[in-house]
Amino acid sequence: MSARERVAGGTANFIDERTGAAKWLKKTITKVFPDHWSFMLGEIVMYSFVILLLSGTFLTFWFDPSMREVEYEGSYEPLNGVKMSAAYASALHISFDVRGGLLMRQIHHWAALIFMAAMVIHMMRVFFTGAFRKPRELNWIIGVALLTLGIVEGFLGYSLPDDLLSGTGIRIAEAIIQAIPVVGSYLSYFVFGGAFPGEMFIQRIYAAHILLIPGIMLALITAHLMLVWYQKHTQYPGPGRTEKNVVGYPLMPVYMAKAGGFFFIVFGVTAFLGAVAQINPIWIFGPYNPGQIGAGSQPDWYMGWLDGLVRAAPPIETHAFGITISWNILIPGLIIPGIIFTLMAFYPFIEQWMTGDKREHHLLDRPRNNPNRTAIGAMSLTFALVALINGGNDLLATHFDLSINQIMWFSRIGLIALPPIAFVITKRICLSLQRADREKVLHGRETGRLVMLPHGEFIEVHEPLSPEKAYLLTSHEQLPALEVGASDDNGVANPQGLKGKVRARMSRASQEQIAKPTSKDMLELEDGHH
Amino acid sequence: MSEMKNELEPLSDPGLPEHLHRKTDVDPLAAKKAERQVSILFLFSVIGTLLFIYSYIWIPQDQLIFLPIFGTTNAHQLFLGLGLAMALFFIGMGAVHWAKTLMPDHEVVDYRKEQRSKDEDREAFVATVKDGAAQAGLGRRPLIKRTLGLALGLVGLSPILLLRDLGPLPENELNETNWKAGTRLVTDPGDRPIRPSDLEVGGVAQVQPEFPPGKVRHLDDIAQDSVLLIRVRPEEFNLDAERLSWTYEGIIAFSKICSHMGCAVALYEQTTKHLLCPCHQSTFDVTRAAKVIFGPAARPLPQLAITVDNEGYLVAKAPFSEAVGPSFWGRDS
Repeated sequence: MSARERVAGGTANFIDERTGAAKWLKKTITKVFPDHWSFMLGEIVMYSFVILLLSGTFLTFWFDPSMREVEYEGSYEPLNGVKMSAAYASALHISFDVRGGLLMRQIHHWAALIFMAAMVIHMMRVFFTGAFRKPRELNWIIGVALLTLGIVEGFLGYSLPDDLLSGTGIRIAEAIIQAIPVVGSYLSYFVFGGAFPGEMFIQRIYAAHILLIPGIMLALITAHLMLVWYQKHTQYPGPGRTEKNVVGYPLMPVYMAKAGGFFFIVFGVTAFLGAVAQINPIWIFGPYNPGQIGAGSQPDWYMGWLDGLVRAAPPIETHAFGITISWNILIPGLIIPGIIFTLMAFYPFIEQWMTGDKREHHLLDRPRNNPNRTAIGAMSLTFALVALINGGNDLLATHFDLSINQIMWFSRIGLIALPPIAFVITKRICLSLQRADREKVLHGRETGRLVMLPHGEFIEVHEPLSPEKAYLLTSHEQLPALEVGASDDNGVANPQGLKGKVRARMSRASQEQIAKPTSKDMLELEDGHH
Repeated sequence: MSEMKNELEPLSDPGLPEHLHRKTDVDPLAAKKAERQVSILFLFSVIGTLLFIYSYIWIPQDQLIFLPIFGTTNAHQLFLGLGLAMALFFIGMGAVHWAKTLMPDHEVVDYRKEQRSKDEDREAFVATVKDGAAQAGLGRRPLIKRTLGLALGLVGLSPILLLRDLGPLPENELNETNWKAGTRLVTDPGDRPIRPSDLEVGGVAQVQPEFPPGKVRHLDDIAQDSVLLIRVRPEEFNLDAERLSWTYEGIIAFSKICSHMGCAVALYEQTTKHLLCPCHQSTFDVTRAAKVIFGPAARPLPQLAITVDNEGYLVAKAPFSEAVGPSFWGRDS
């Protein structure tokens, strides 16, 4: 036994004699994880969260979350002698007088953008492959909660420096709070400690940004990972992969090296961006003053779609009986986002209701094999994308020399008209891809080679698929549509009426498929060839 | 696996593909080469850290440098960041390359079990819960149950009560500004009173109400009081008699705080006489009392009635006739 092995053995012995964890640890360090590039997306989210914790902690060493008025004296000449909040002055101090401070600020901001982007793409992967299905619905809901918290956390974060741009964002948030029926102005006075902007909000959102929300997020991420661990990872379909097994590499050593290495890669890329790509240059904006504003005021992208909805809202307010209801703020700012996040959180259960499929699923769907779900996803993304485009309408107008009115009208109509169009097109594309799969299985792959037969006829040579490929294209399940309307689950005549009809319609839509080849088709084909 | 197969399934599962050996598995020279590659990647990381240390200590924080792609940029920040990026990135690359070339690449199969517990476990659990509840005897002692419920419900109120002092009640503050009849308009910045002749036709100025000596202007005041003065030719106005009387020699005053979400309405287009809010592009027509002609704002910007005092300085004729800034529930107009 080498010295190193003795140390390893001694450590393992020390831990086991105190915790009795050997059995669990042995199972744990050899846990199997399936390998696929799309499974790295969630890893990016987790690693950028760690980067945010590290860089954020560094920033707290100098940041002064106070709105006390100070006169700036520091290395940034243009603002010398300008009156500003201590928060803004300390953010300038970090940027110009702390070595590595600007780098850490930029890494922190880039990591936040990557965190949110990776989270959205990870959720898209989970959605389009059906990874949220039973038994993973709870993890999906945790994910939706993390996305929501991430948006709030990011917004509070870029509001902290108290520069002109971020103060404008806070002003808009205040207007949304103030628009809440009945209690709005009270809530706003509680949040801001009086009239806007007051002298409290930086220290309050600081507490939320560095302690409250990250604490909740950390707890949710832990629960999320424990569930992934306990339920075992999903895997893509393919030869040898079934609902009952999981095929992949063991945690020790392959995944530790790959995942650990990947953390450093993500951190390295973020540091590279922090080094070369300027982000949120707060010194250009100047300190916040509610009487001033910069042209082209833009939120970060994950807030941009909400801002785009607000911009697209028609100018409707109700004035009656001495009260005002601002539909132009409430609908885009609270009601639509509320509906979107609720539907998103409950989607796993909505799909179960539509399909009647309440079984466990560990094999992922190829998106084309569930055209309805894929189309719903495309529809939702189209809505968000049009909203996001409208959120940057002023920049689009100035950069591409367009009229802002035209972009606004495009968005207003597009928000309503484009998502259904995206739904229909996506569904048709999925069905066409299914048809192509069917053709491939039955008639082989087109090789592009033309051959002239002895009697002069030209044919294109089709090569039969490998058994693995053919299996992949035929192994998915095609459920029949629910028989709703006639009877319920217990065979009792359906008394549900409209609900039953809706469910029947939904079920039919969700099971629209191109029939995959049956064993009979395959047999006939073989007979024909012989 | 076969028992899961439906009769109708066209093809049976061919099983996991055969494992193919990598070059590094069979050729010791290739393995040695991979080992060297991994080490070189780790050494790149070392170079990165050295660059990081060098930049931290020896490159001054205000050192500028011209680089072909980046233009003129801060050398300290750039090389510090590039050093850190290299140091981290190449550790990752080395580890991944190591895992891919030299660690075993045999795929392993593990088996799943259904998440649901076995029926007897579930029944035992339910029985335990029932048993525990019976032992606590809550069902048999309704008095305890009710008083406990009352106590818990009331104690839950305390944290809400504790939040009460987060802020004062709004009272009537949202309807009020510091503008009174006779308040002088002073420039922002500068705090100088202005005469109509200070503003040319086509000109714009931001003003605040004049404060008595000693009173400090806070951001809260600016958030309510900011007013934009615009001067056009008087014949360009398209106002009713009352609103026309609120202007003075072609000078018209509006609250600068957007009636939509409170941003500063700062963009004035001289040719069209439109005011545009840069936040959500609400557009107001100055000649028609800031009527909304585009965007999400539902109300015109409140207009401030102005005139001149006997020293010839611009003053407010009256306070704002309505609340300024974004809407709220109790806004009465």
